[in-house]
Amino acid sequence: MNKRSHSIAFWAAVAVFLVAVLSMTQIVRNEYPFFAGYVILQFIALAVAWSILGGYAGYVNFGTNAFFGVGVYTAVALFNATGAPLVVQIAAAAVVGMTLGFGVGLLTLRMRGIFFSIATIALAIIIETFVMNWRFVGGAAGIQIQRPPVTAPFDSYVKMLFFVQAVLVVIAIAIARYIQNSRIGRGLQALRDDELAAECTGVPTLRLKLIACMISGALISAAGAPAAMYLQYADPSSAFNLSYSVSALAMALIGGTAHWIGPVLGAILLGSTQQLLAVTISSEVNVLVLGIMLVLFVVGAPKGIIGLLRPRYRLRAGGKQ
Amino acid sequence: MDLLLGAVVLGVLLGCFYAAVSVGLSVSFGLLDVPHVAHPAFLVLASYGVYQLNESYDIDPLLAGLAITPLFFLFGLLAYRIYYETFERRGSDAAVRGIAFFFGIAFIIEVLIILQFGVDQRSVSATYIGKSWRFGEFRIPIRQLVAFAVALALTVLLAVYLSKTFMGRAIRAVAQDEEALRLMGANPVRIKQFAFGIATAVLGIAGALLIIVAPVEPTLDRAYIGRTFCVVVMAGLGSISGTLIAAIILGVAESIVLTLFGASWAPAISFAMLLGVLAVRPQGLLGR
Repeated sequence: MNKRSHSIAFWAAVAVFLVAVLSMTQIVRNEYPFFAGYVILQFIALAVAWSILGGYAGYVNFGTNAFFGVGVYTAVALFNATGAPLVVQIAAAAVVGMTLGFGVGLLTLRMRGIFFSIATIALAIIIETFVMNWRFVGGAAGIQIQRPPVTAPFDSYVKMLFFVQAVLVVIAIAIARYIQNSRIGRGLQALRDDELAAECTGVPTLRLKLIACMISGALISAAGAPAAMYLQYADPSSAFNLSYSVSALAMALIGGTAHWIGPVLGAILLGSTQQLLAVTISSEVNVLVLGIMLVLFVVGAPKGIIGLLRPRYRLRAGGKQ
Repeated sequence: MDLLLGAVVLGVLLGCFYAAVSVGLSVSFGLLDVPHVAHPAFLVLASYGVYQLNESYDIDPLLAGLAITPLFFLFGLLAYRIYYETFERRGSDAAVRGIAFFFGIAFIIEVLIILQFGVDQRSVSATYIGKSWRFGEFRIPIRQLVAFAVALALTVLLAVYLSKTFMGRAIRAVAQDEEALRLMGANPVRIKQFAFGIATAVLGIAGALLIIVAPVEPTLDRAYIGRTFCVVVMAGLGSISGTLIAAIILGVAESIVLTLFGASWAPAISFAMLLGVLAVRPQGLLGR
């Protein structure tokens, strides 16, 4: 198939997905599937967003929790101060996440791999400490949030959040797909394979990394913004929990980062396993499973699930869909 | 003023302790270039090993730390072997996956500790824990003094080992020029594996110090990611004397901030200093 018909197929699939989600919120009465589904959708958005910098550019970001927490607290602060609607909260979170991505990128993207990773952890802890000492949003004790009344056509707030997160997933995937097929994506792949060679052949490496970091950050923060409304509560140690970083990283790497579908597959697989394990066994065991899967895949199947499904899948299949 | 002086004294003691928990990383990350993010997780694991020995057999924590060093030496050999076979030898995007690998290991260790010991804080008992010495207005807990003395001895011993013994010099040689060592007929991989073993074995004692200084909990390794990497990077990768200086700077800084602004700001200090060093002087104080 050529590129154009691929595009049509992609957007058709997106439309079918959104219509399915919307009709599910209208038909299904039980709220539990939406509670569980929201978490899985959130992980898809995080994994796809993470992979824009971590996968395409090969800069391992341990600071997913920093961007996530910033998203949560942007929403909380805005809601607290002005009572802004959810859409505005998400948009503001995306802007703040993008700004943070720009700052982080400028500060750390000149560093070699591991230093960048450590610097992103450092940033997460520093921001968390600031939020802990910020009285307006509850400080270390956290803050309760009263949900506003739900808007039509939804009959419960959780169902609406489910739909909103589905839209965020679609946006994240569309952007990741666009980047993968564009000059930006090819430039990122070039600098991942050999940064010096890329720089020498005229790839604007720092600018591309900055763009990737900003987009990735904006998408992660946006995906985190509805979390406060979802939990009706926010506190620094759970909003900035390092497990968001491991999850995003593990899901993307397990799925495979050469194509946007990889993180989606990884997040669906691990996200649903986690939901199952957390309900049936315990939440510690599901982190254990995540860690073991991550180590096994990184050692045994470096190209992830998509590498296993298509053994000859080439890493540089930029033009392929 | 007295308050500040007290903070500085405690900071120096704390700093030497930080040097002891960081020297292992100074070898594994600083000299060998392995992105060993799981170093603090091994440290906390060692503390729980010491706790278990102290709890069930009433062994002194320091002796218990010494007792588990051979085991940690073997852990180190194994970890490096896996890392070498799966990442270092294959090259290409190995760096990315190597970081993810150690990150995953760290999380596995953390969860295994939670499953085995629960999330509560654990501490050890020994005759020198819980008492303190008075110097006029100061009170210095004896546990801090013990940790300080052992930490200093450990760091100096490792520095002497690396500069005076044959094997120690070989380790520094492999960090400087692996290819040259290969041409001399030595096997760089075996030397690096041995060095990684030493770096991990040191954690047995460092883990004992960690649980002597304060109670430990399973997620404590997260705070120590900042502290250990801050010390190693600030020191200048692989410099042991630099490690001691950088650790004391960090200890004093943390202690002063703790006295002046309160405990809620303390966790950010090491990370902020790490970011500062990376931004301003990435080669560290005594960089190569």
